[in-house]
Amino acid sequence: MISLAGRDIMHSWGKFVFTGFGLGLLIGVTLIMAGVYRGMVDDAKVLLDNSSADLWVVQKNTLGPYAESSSIYDDEWRGIQSMPGVAQTANVTYLTMQVRHGDRDVRSMISGIAAGQPGLPGWPPYLIEGRQITRGHYEAVADQATGFKIGDSLQIRRNKYTVVGLTRRMVSSNGDPMVFIPLKDAQEAQFLKDNDAILEQRRRNQQSPEFSQPGNPGLLEALNRSQNNNPYVNSVLVQIKKGYSAKEVAKSIEKWKRLTVYTREDMEEILIGKLIATSSKQIGMFLVILAVVSAAIVAFIIYTLTLGKIREIAVLKLIGTRNRTIAGMILQQAIALGVIGFVVGKISATFGAPTFPKYVLLEPMDSVAGFFAVVIICVLSSVIAIRAALKVDPAEAVGG
Amino acid sequence: MSGKGIRIEGLRKRYGTGDTAVDALKEVNMVVAPGEVVGLIGPSGSGKSTLLKCLGAVIEPSAGKMILGDETIYDEQWKVKDIRALRRDKIGFVFQAPYLIPFLDVTDNVALPPMLAGVANKQARSSALALLEALDVQHRAKAMPSQLSGGEQQRVAIARGLVNRPPVILADEPTAPLDSERALAVIKILNDMAKKFETAIIVVTHDEKIIPTFKRIYHIRDGVTYEEKGEGRPFDA
Repeated sequence: MISLAGRDIMHSWGKFVFTGFGLGLLIGVTLIMAGVYRGMVDDAKVLLDNSSADLWVVQKNTLGPYAESSSIYDDEWRGIQSMPGVAQTANVTYLTMQVRHGDRDVRSMISGIAAGQPGLPGWPPYLIEGRQITRGHYEAVADQATGFKIGDSLQIRRNKYTVVGLTRRMVSSNGDPMVFIPLKDAQEAQFLKDNDAILEQRRRNQQSPEFSQPGNPGLLEALNRSQNNNPYVNSVLVQIKKGYSAKEVAKSIEKWKRLTVYTREDMEEILIGKLIATSSKQIGMFLVILAVVSAAIVAFIIYTLTLGKIREIAVLKLIGTRNRTIAGMILQQAIALGVIGFVVGKISATFGAPTFPKYVLLEPMDSVAGFFAVVIICVLSSVIAIRAALKVDPAEAVGG
Repeated sequence: MSGKGIRIEGLRKRYGTGDTAVDALKEVNMVVAPGEVVGLIGPSGSGKSTLLKCLGAVIEPSAGKMILGDETIYDEQWKVKDIRALRRDKIGFVFQAPYLIPFLDVTDNVALPPMLAGVANKQARSSALALLEALDVQHRAKAMPSQLSGGEQQRVAIARGLVNRPPVILADEPTAPLDSERALAVIKILNDMAKKFETAIIVVTHDEKIIPTFKRIYHIRDGVTYEEKGEGRPFDA
């Protein structure tokens, strides 16, 4: 038996290809949306991977340092370093801001890294060009997505930094590329006030009877000096020794230092389950809407094509064609439309993803799942057309 | 009657029930022998289409008897289980418009009924090509229906009606869209095919050009058939 669906498609291929192309663009958007979600999850994991930490020590009862603000003293690391099971510790600060580059801004996450050497938690684990930070001030390592080049000068707050190294796929959980600078500079950038604000603060301190005591002249000076320093960091990153359980070490730090400590699993839960939960719900909703729109388009097209063949279907029935042959013809056409759409969608998503402003991770298994989803949607969408075709009376082919 | 052909006895068809019931067919009696072409003529509303649908097993009659070849297909109820197979294997249809399947070429349009009956594609196409040759359209075997003239399309439609060698062919106004010359050519083809394949052909028509060619005519009026001897004029008249 010849394939009636195949012959019909070949006969009116233009209609199928153009419809499939339109459907394909919709499927392409759907695949990209799924890729955006995967990219967000990957960004979150990359952030954790690149920190080289096993534990994140943060302000008590906060979800810091990525999902909530966290502030702890920058000398806490000394006590943590001496605890059993701890191999290395390092202070770290994170600050998302617009970094000035010439006449444009680049949204970046500034990470302040403690003095030390590569391998220390928080340091970029590898470079693709240049060198790591070696000086205590005004050097930076930037992710290549920022657009900076070796030797470029970038401005953070009032200070200028020279880019000495470039790295790749170092991004925040929002996908913003990272810029690494020395910790002291980052602490200053995070809490630095402008000169007018400092003068205003000093004036207020001076006018306050609590601080401006005639019998204690050193108090005001000490207060002003303390307000010029920033003794806080957002988190202490901890690497644990081999053979120790991350959970046990975390419990020990929490108990003795009265801070909150997160393991890698806890951090993934916070980043994926909480930080991008709303975004993933939005994307999920978009995927549902796109699926419904795709189904409606396929259903409408197949139904219209079927209505255009009512007389032929009546003739086919009159000459003895089985209902299942006619239903099969419509079903195959719907699936063919879906396959054309999927191929166009996959190609457009593959070529479109790199130009998308957000990181899009197209997982092969998502494509496989997408393919089956498209086929199922097409099968379901053809039901209306099949019902219409099966209702056609063969008598319609006979005159009168 | 023995062998092929069709015999109708006391066929009735009633639409609806009670006060609103309409008797579309009141008393239909017909006999068409194998190789014979008869005309079925009647004014609008006389029951021609209803009779054609009953004969074509598209609708179920209300009463009567239909014998197709040696097989009683209806006797107060359907006597065959698979009506679809009955239409496919035992009844050929030729319509006013050819109604060829637009996405199949000429050969596959003709080969489709045997393919539906489970005949291998190659064999079905071979039968189709033989018929197309008999109807002198073999040179258009690979053409699509939209590339054919009206007369060629009608010949292909006749080939499709004949391809399963049915005992009876029902032709519904087959010459309506054609001019006199082509209309007579189609009737001649039907007569030739009827003789060649021993098929009984019933031609429903209003066409004054072809009515004189029938040797026997059934008139239908208010659901009742009356037999009349036709002129049986030659086809080139």
